[in-house]
Amino acid sequence: MATYKPVVVQAFPKLGERITQDTVYWRGYKTPVQIKEFGAVNKIDFSPVPPYNYAVTASSRIHIYGRYSQEPIKTFSRFKDAAYCATHRDDGNLLVAGSEEGSIRLFDISGRAPLRQFDGHTKAVHVVGFLSDKYRIFSGGDDYSSNLWDIPSATEIASYSEHTDYVRCGCASKVNADVFITGSYDHTVKLFDARTKSSVMTIEHGQPVESVLLFPSGGLLVSAGGRYVKVWDVLKGGQLLVSLKNHHKTVTCLCLNSSGQRLLSGSLDRHVKIYSTTSYKVVHSFNYATSILSLALSPEDETIVVGMTNGVLNIKHRKPEERKEKSRKKRQPAYKTYVKGRTYMPKQEDFCVSKPVKRVLRKYDKLLKSFQSSKALDAVLEPPIRLHTPEVTVAVMQELHRRGTLRSALAGRDEKQVNLLLTFVARRVIEPRFTPVLVTVADMITDIYQPVVGQSAIVDRQFLRLQEAIGKEIDYQEELLEVLGMMDTLFATFTKKRATYLEENKSNGLTETIETNMNN
Amino acid sequence: MVAPATLRVVRCGGSTLHGARAVFSADSYLLCASGDFVKMYSVATEETLRVMGGHADLVTGIQLNPHNHMQLYSSSVDGSIKLWDFMDGIPIKTFVVGSKLLALYALAHCEDSVFVVIPKHGERDTFQLVSVKLTKAAGQDLEAKELSVVLDGVDASPKRIAFGREGEYVASVKDVNLQVYFFKQKQLNRFSVSATKTKSGNNHFTCIACHPTEDCIATGHADGKIRLWRNFYHKKEYTFSTLHWHHDTVMDLAFSMEGTSLLSGGVESVLVLWHNESDCQRDFLPRLGSAIEYISMSSDGALCCTLHTDNRITIINSNLRFSKSIQGLIKSTDVKTGLVVDPRTKALVLNGEPGHLQFYCLQSDQQLFSLDIVQRQYIHQAGLNQADLVKVAFSAQGKWLATVEEREEVTDPELQLKLWFYDEETQSFKLNTRINMPHEDHITDMCFRNMDELEDDSLILVTAGRDCVFKVWVMVEDTDPEAQQSVSWSCDFVGSYHNYQATNCCFSEDGSLLAVSFEETVTVWDSVTWDLKCTFCHPPGKIRNICFGRLTCSKYLIGATDHGFLCCWNLLSCALEWSAHLNVLVLQPDPLSEHIAAVSWLSKESSLFVFKPNEPRPIYIQRNLCKEKIQLAAFVPRDEPETIGSEKYLWLRRSQLFFLTDTQELMTLSTKSLEERLTPSSKQLAVEESLAVTPFSLLLGKHRRQQSQEDIDLGKLVVRNKHEKDSPAVKELLHTPAHVLPSASFLCPIFINSLLISKENKSAEEVADEVEMESEKTEDDSDEERDVTETEQEDTSPMELLGEMTCKLSKSQEKELRKIRKMDYSWISAF
Repeated sequence: MATYKPVVVQAFPKLGERITQDTVYWRGYKTPVQIKEFGAVNKIDFSPVPPYNYAVTASSRIHIYGRYSQEPIKTFSRFKDAAYCATHRDDGNLLVAGSEEGSIRLFDISGRAPLRQFDGHTKAVHVVGFLSDKYRIFSGGDDYSSNLWDIPSATEIASYSEHTDYVRCGCASKVNADVFITGSYDHTVKLFDARTKSSVMTIEHGQPVESVLLFPSGGLLVSAGGRYVKVWDVLKGGQLLVSLKNHHKTVTCLCLNSSGQRLLSGSLDRHVKIYSTTSYKVVHSFNYATSILSLALSPEDETIVVGMTNGVLNIKHRKPEERKEKSRKKRQPAYKTYVKGRTYMPKQEDFCVSKPVKRVLRKYDKLLKSFQSSKALDAVLEPPIRLHTPEVTVAVMQELHRRGTLRSALAGRDEKQVNLLLTFVARRVIEPRFTPVLVTVADMITDIYQPVVGQSAIVDRQFLRLQEAIGKEIDYQEELLEVLGMMDTLFATFTKKRATYLEENKSNGLTETIETNMNN
Repeated sequence: MVAPATLRVVRCGGSTLHGARAVFSADSYLLCASGDFVKMYSVATEETLRVMGGHADLVTGIQLNPHNHMQLYSSSVDGSIKLWDFMDGIPIKTFVVGSKLLALYALAHCEDSVFVVIPKHGERDTFQLVSVKLTKAAGQDLEAKELSVVLDGVDASPKRIAFGREGEYVASVKDVNLQVYFFKQKQLNRFSVSATKTKSGNNHFTCIACHPTEDCIATGHADGKIRLWRNFYHKKEYTFSTLHWHHDTVMDLAFSMEGTSLLSGGVESVLVLWHNESDCQRDFLPRLGSAIEYISMSSDGALCCTLHTDNRITIINSNLRFSKSIQGLIKSTDVKTGLVVDPRTKALVLNGEPGHLQFYCLQSDQQLFSLDIVQRQYIHQAGLNQADLVKVAFSAQGKWLATVEEREEVTDPELQLKLWFYDEETQSFKLNTRINMPHEDHITDMCFRNMDELEDDSLILVTAGRDCVFKVWVMVEDTDPEAQQSVSWSCDFVGSYHNYQATNCCFSEDGSLLAVSFEETVTVWDSVTWDLKCTFCHPPGKIRNICFGRLTCSKYLIGATDHGFLCCWNLLSCALEWSAHLNVLVLQPDPLSEHIAAVSWLSKESSLFVFKPNEPRPIYIQRNLCKEKIQLAAFVPRDEPETIGSEKYLWLRRSQLFFLTDTQELMTLSTKSLEERLTPSSKQLAVEESLAVTPFSLLLGKHRRQQSQEDIDLGKLVVRNKHEKDSPAVKELLHTPAHVLPSASFLCPIFINSLLISKENKSAEEVADEVEMESEKTEDDSDEERDVTETEQEDTSPMELLGEMTCKLSKSQEKELRKIRKMDYSWISAF
């Protein structure tokens, strides 16, 4: 024997962004803090040791910010012209920076004056960094050369002049102390080994390379240039793994999150995109006010700092984890009552009598079960259901219509209730998911209450509102049809062209996609 | 099986159960009239124990013999009353009355007569209640011509006559009149209610029940009222009270055994229990599934059962708790889904309860399960327009099920396409995707691309709709990489052809081509690129059915048109291969061979043509298959290929053809002869369950011991597999009660012959098959019987000389055998 089947409330797929674990994770930041710098922020680097201060390179200064400080806790300003690429050493004690005049300076994080100065580049040095053995520095300059420096003696160890354009980005391997890569505007990324005289590997990116990144394992290399972010397998001799084209302007910076599971890319199109490093699909994206030049993520993803072309530094801190201790306050029944009888294992000879599971029905279901149509309709016109879950209201209306009792349920209502009904219908009738049902409802209401039109100002006003809403929707649909007609003519001309192309034995990707669109 | 019998059309799937009220026997069996048969069910296990056949037409009434509760009277439209021993399932006597019998009543106080309703001689549509004197003469077939009219002008329905307390009076209703006849006073009282017509119907009488102890008559009316009549001895001063709950016709009424409560049921499928005949005290048992047709109570009042219009018996406890239900093939008024075979269970799948899909096992003649597709509360109310299932398709392995449900609306139909995934864990289908409004108009056809060898993700579903397009649905994986790897279905391609309505679609066997018919044209599409490959047309007439040839004939496409043409197109040459003038209603390809069955409708008879697409001559023709229009057909693969002697019927070797007529009769074609089919598969003797230690069982027990001893002594394996083959003759001899057996001298040669092993006239295959069949039967038999045959066969089996056979039975055994034959079984029925 069947039990009562509750009303099926149609679930409609949510339009727009789907909520995934990623969106929840990446939305968990507070409203950003904005700090105005003196010029475009070209580099942000987090200190690898707590308390995770970060160095911001903008114009001719390097500011060190603390975690929550709005003011810089330290400033290095001994540059005549612009400073570039202030980078921390692995132990967080030293900071190296390039400069417009071609010299590289090494600072102690607690001191003020540079400890060392490396001269040798003839033009601006846009990229510097420590090798993972801590005693050597690599650099790349606008003089097309990539150099290697010894810190203790402040001398040049090697100089590679293999690039044919400005060297603007670079990265050292964390696994091998001798390996570093540089990316250049000559569209290539070169991998150097300090033990050899020339580059070990050259990767053709295709666009001027703006940023490079090595995965912590050292096996994968990410390069960004033009609109593309490309991932290469270094161990396979620089084979292209995947090419991502998710930005519509040049990608300027790359960053990995602390777990290495997500790759972030910032671009001049004002977006930061977050990719999964397993599927290389965009899982989330951030919007910013202006074009992004630099991007950094603190350990544990606590802070996202983004530097922009207009010199604004945008800092987002993660919200503290919400403690779920509120439910604790409710006194739970004692453990004994809770487990009573549940742990009893029936013996073989026991005869088990199953207790029927009592199903809890919603109020409207209970009323529908006992065929009280009007009351069921009343129940779903209560404010919480009507306002927050209109689909339930509509589902019950549909069910009543199915039972043939909608008319009697709608009839015999006073001014207030008719007003309520009409407000609901006028507001929701244009929603496509409700339209078929609510049109019927509106029809019935006008039929039933036609004789009393003119007796109540409130109801009359609602009728007018309904008419207005439907009129607007009709106009809108007409406009859409017009657009559709225009598009049809456009497509028709396209298909003709395609036919001529076919005669010339040329295939045209564009028209082909349009053709399939048309079929759809 | 020896000689190739002619192909016969056999009804299957059971008949409707609502010929008459069901009857509880004294020892928890339930007897039901079902078509031409009387079925016996066990109340405890819901199992069909016995099917008693013998009537030539519909059984219209069954009643226990009031003087012997192990016997049952049954009446039939063929004009005979049969007295059955339902424990053994054998007819004891047949009384031939001569005219149609429409209802049967047996009363305790009437010693040797029963009451039947017969049509009045010479007048149409008037019926009379007569009492028939059943002669006590010896012999099986008796004439019962002593009829005396009791009441004139009664209704034909068995529900509209009831006998009162201790048979003192009989009450009958017709239209708005109630007449009560008192036997002793020979007085006839007539009452009538004034005919009124309300919104819910008129107040005609529909059923009647009499109080078992008091002078009270309950009548049900078409407007849902129940009236309780009292004091009807007086013509004028009678009184009645009204109970009203039903909003539609009261279909049946029944008083409890003590008369304290009244049960009523109707179209609402709610069983209502009225206490103390008052309007306010009532209990309900709602949602019984479908309209209640009959209500009957067991004699001890512990159980009650309702018969429903959808071939179901529901057994209900006395405290109005649902206990069990016995479900036959649900014959809905319109099988919109067609006959589909579930590849997993080989069950026939079709519309069941409203909004449900029934899986009906043909072998065991019972419903396997009912899948709720619509998942909405069904309102039992006439004239309501509720969603129903219209199309069903299974993927090749039965892993996916696609269903289409629709609700007819004046403005726009409500359509839903649902895709179900077979969950191995729960062993049932789980809803995967629901698509609202897959087409803008009705869906006319739907098919999966059946590709066994390919991976699951190549599965494609095609739906054709009246909105002039066909749509291709494919599985897509959910895009989020972190989400569970679940799949859903979405539309991949929409095709149309000159804005014609798409009517049929069909995939070729290898799945590379899709044929879609658009009114008069068949279009063939490449299933990879969805390019239109070619079109076929055979004007005039719209395409009714299309199908591809299979196996060696896969290059052919068959189509049937409205104007009576069957066309076969060659896909390689894109030309018409042959065509025939035939008004084809059903075109059904066999999935296991290249045969195609076409059922045609030619002026009041259906004919069957079986052909291969590569030759225009049909290999089998059966004219006049049945009188009804055949709507649907399906090939059901057999579990194992059947051996068929004649080459003519080779097409039936691997699968069986079932078809459904427009009167909802499920039929099949059988090569087996009538006798073979009629031997019931389970010849279980119900008596044996309750059989205590009797001389007979002691005797058999002794044999068993002996036999096992001998077995151990000899250790012969030969003997073991020998007695698997005990012939039906032996079993018949041992099963049939002695009083109906012919003389021993007649039986002896048959019995002896049955013990012989004849090898000459059987091919090896046939023998093997027979072993299969017989072994199944022996499993059903109880141990005792088997042992008898064992002992007998053991003696004979080692040697096959004819002469020595008879002397091989030892003297003591012979004596015992004779004893068995002499013994009268009839005392068994006393248990």
